[in-house]
Amino acid sequence: MMVDIADKQSKTAALPEAEPAERRALPRWLITFASITGMLIFWEIFGRQINPVFGSYPSAIAVAFWDLLVSGQLWSALYDSLRPFLLGYGLAIVIGVPLGLLIGGFRTAEAALGIYVTAGYAMPLVALVPLLILWLGLGFTVKVAVVFLMALFPICINTWLGVVAVPKTLIEVGKSFVAPDLVILRRIVLPATLPYIMAGVRLAVGRAVVAMVIAEFFTTISGLGAVIINSANNFDTATMFVPIIILMLMAVGLNSLIGFVERTVAPWQAEIAGRERE
Amino acid sequence: MGEVSFHDVSKRFSLRVDGELHHVQALDRVSFTVSDGEIVALIGPSGCGKTTALRVAMGLDPSSSGRVTVDGREINGCGHDRGMVFQHAELLPWFTAMQNVMFGLEMKGMRGQPLRATAEKYLELVGLTDSKNRRPHQLSGGMKQRGGIARALAIDPSVLLMDEPFGALDAQTRESLQAELLDIHARTKKTILFVTHDLDEAVLIADRIIVMKDGRVADIMTVPLARPRPDLSIVRGLPEFNDTRYKVWRALHDEVTVH
Repeated sequence: MMVDIADKQSKTAALPEAEPAERRALPRWLITFASITGMLIFWEIFGRQINPVFGSYPSAIAVAFWDLLVSGQLWSALYDSLRPFLLGYGLAIVIGVPLGLLIGGFRTAEAALGIYVTAGYAMPLVALVPLLILWLGLGFTVKVAVVFLMALFPICINTWLGVVAVPKTLIEVGKSFVAPDLVILRRIVLPATLPYIMAGVRLAVGRAVVAMVIAEFFTTISGLGAVIINSANNFDTATMFVPIIILMLMAVGLNSLIGFVERTVAPWQAEIAGRERE
Repeated sequence: MGEVSFHDVSKRFSLRVDGELHHVQALDRVSFTVSDGEIVALIGPSGCGKTTALRVAMGLDPSSSGRVTVDGREINGCGHDRGMVFQHAELLPWFTAMQNVMFGLEMKGMRGQPLRATAEKYLELVGLTDSKNRRPHQLSGGMKQRGGIARALAIDPSVLLMDEPFGALDAQTRESLQAELLDIHARTKKTILFVTHDLDEAVLIADRIIVMKDGRVADIMTVPLARPRPDLSIVRGLPEFNDTRYKVWRALHDEVTVH
C-alpha cells in the first residue's frame, strides 16, 4: 500500500516536468517552413522596390514560371539539362566510389593515384572546358564530361578518407576469420565507409549542378542554362530566376533523396547516432 | 585436439615517441604449452606483453623469432584452428548477432542450411537466441560479448583465444559471464588461452596462470581448484582460492616498483 502511494506520487511529480520539454520541441519541418515563409515575404516586400531589370521578387518569378511551364519551354529545357546531369553524376558515383576504395585500401594505389585525386579536386574546371570542347565537341558528351569531372573528386576523396577511418579492429575481425582481402573490402570496409561515401555523394550534388550550368553556358547553349542566358540577355530578370530556383530546389530534393537512400541502405548508422527519423 | 605451444617466441617492434625511435621488446623468448581442454590465463601489468602474446598466437602480429604451434603445426598467419574473442566484442555493426556468427562460418566455407543451423546452435549456447536478430547497438555490453564468444566458438576452433573479454563489463555482468564461460567450457571442452588483468578472474577461471613481466614468463602457477566449478561464489570462499590469489598477487608485485 505504501509503495503504491509512493509510486503514484512520484508519477504525478514527474509529469509537470516532462510536459513543457515536449511542448518546446518544434518539429524541424515547421521551423524550415517558417524560415522559408519569412524569407519569401521579406524578398517580396523589398524586391518590389527595385527596378525589375536589376532584381525580381517571388510573385513575378511565379508568373514567369507559369509562362515557361505553359509554353512547354521549361519541360524541354529540364529534359535537356537532366540527361547529361544524371549520366555524368551517375558515372561519378560508379567510378568514384571504387576508385576511393582502391586508393584508401591499398598503399600502392594511394601512393600512385592519391595525388591526382587531391589535385583534381582543386582543378579549375572552367578553364579546362575549352580544351574539353576540342576533344569532345560541343554536344552531349562534353556536358557529361564536365559534370562527371566536377562530381568525381568529392565522392572519391570522401570514400578514400572513409576507408582510412575504418577502425583497425574491425578489419582484424575479418583477418582473424581468414576472410580474403576482397571479402574484407566488400563486407567490412565498404559498410564502415558508407557514411563517408554518402557525405561525398551529397557534396557532389551541388558541384554537379554548377557543372551542368557551366557546361550549358560554354558549350552548345541549351537546357536550363540557355533559359538563364536568353532571359538575362532580354533583361527579363524574373524569368532568369526560374531555372536558378529550380536548380536549387533540385539539389535540395536530391539531397533528401540521398538521405532517404542512406537510411534505407544503412539503417544502423542513424540508429547508432541516436537520430530520430523525421 | 587443441594444444598451443609457444617455442622461444620473441617480438620486437619500434615505435616513434616525440620523434625518438624506441625499440620495444614486447616478448622475450616466451615458452609455454597449453594442453588440450585446459584454460590458461595470461596475467601481468600493462605493457608486459600478454596481449602481444595472444595476438601472435592468433596470427594478427608476426613474431620476430621463435614459433607458435597448434596441435604440433606451426602457425602462419590467421587460421580457422584458432577463434578470437576481442576485448570489446567487435561485432560488425551492420550485421545482426546471427549474421555476425554466420560471417565467421561463411569464411570457413559453410553455406546453406548447415550455416543457419550452426549459427543458431551457438547463439543458443551463449543464450542469445531471443536477441539473434538485433544489431550490436541494440545489445548490452554483456550480450555483445556473448555474441563475440558465439562467433569464435561457432567455427569450432581447436583453441579459443580471448583478449580481456570481460574487462569492459560491469562487475555483475562480468561475474555472470565468467560463470557462463566455465559452463561453456564444461560442455565444449575447448582449450582456452585468455588475457586478463583481473586477479580474481584468473584464479576463478583458469587451470594454470602464467604471470608475465617485461615480455618474459615470470611464473607459471597451477590453480588447485577442481573442476567443475559450478558456483563461483562458493569458490571465492575457499581457502585454496584465496591462497592462490595471494600467490599470484605476490608474483605480480615482486620486484615491481610501485608508482
